[in-house]
Amino acid sequence: MNNRLKVLRAERNWSQNDLAEKLDVSRQSVNAIETGKYDPSLPLAFRIAELFGLAIEEVFESPSRRSSAAI
Amino acid sequence: MRSQAWKNYNVRVIWLTALYGVFLIAAVYGFKHHLLSGFVAWIAAVLPALPIIGIFAAMGRYLVEESDEYVRSLIVRQSLWASGFALSVATIWGFLESFELVGHVDSYMIAVVWFFGQGVGSVVNKLTGREAAHCA
Repeated sequence: MNNRLKVLRAERNWSQNDLAEKLDVSRQSVNAIETGKYDPSLPLAFRIAELFGLAIEEVFESPSRRSSAAI
Repeated sequence: MRSQAWKNYNVRVIWLTALYGVFLIAAVYGFKHHLLSGFVAWIAAVLPALPIIGIFAAMGRYLVEESDEYVRSLIVRQSLWASGFALSVATIWGFLESFELVGHVDSYMIAVVWFFGQGVGSVVNKLTGREAAHCA
């Protein structure tokens, strides 16, 4: 799932470690989510969005909207 | 980052491994010197299996305690690989043994194969770019 995590993190000058600590997850988790290798659960996605003060859809791109846009 | 859940798991495994050593040595000594018979023999024979079962339970406990969902998903994936690997080896070996192409292997060895399968699962995680924080 595409997301803006890397951009949002960079805007705040946070390292992956910083973000991992704020979310109470491992750095590998942040890396996996950022690179689209792992889709977070809904609770974690909410935590991420709330940390940035954004709505979930402002952080994560809806896969269904993406596929319908491609059509 | 080593999670508290992972540390707890390691401590449990160390204690269970030590217990396994004690039970196994005691059972081997008892049977070798013909000290055991009847119900006591049954108990002594089963005792070394209990810490091994405990390690399976410790793995389950770890999955419950691990708060990092990504790491948890990797360990689940690794364990599924281990289970598939162990079941496959057991099935193949069973047929080979039935047709008398290989010798008999005690069934408790399947646990050893499962633990080896955890390593296989860990390698698969790494090869597919899904390396856990601390499951290697």
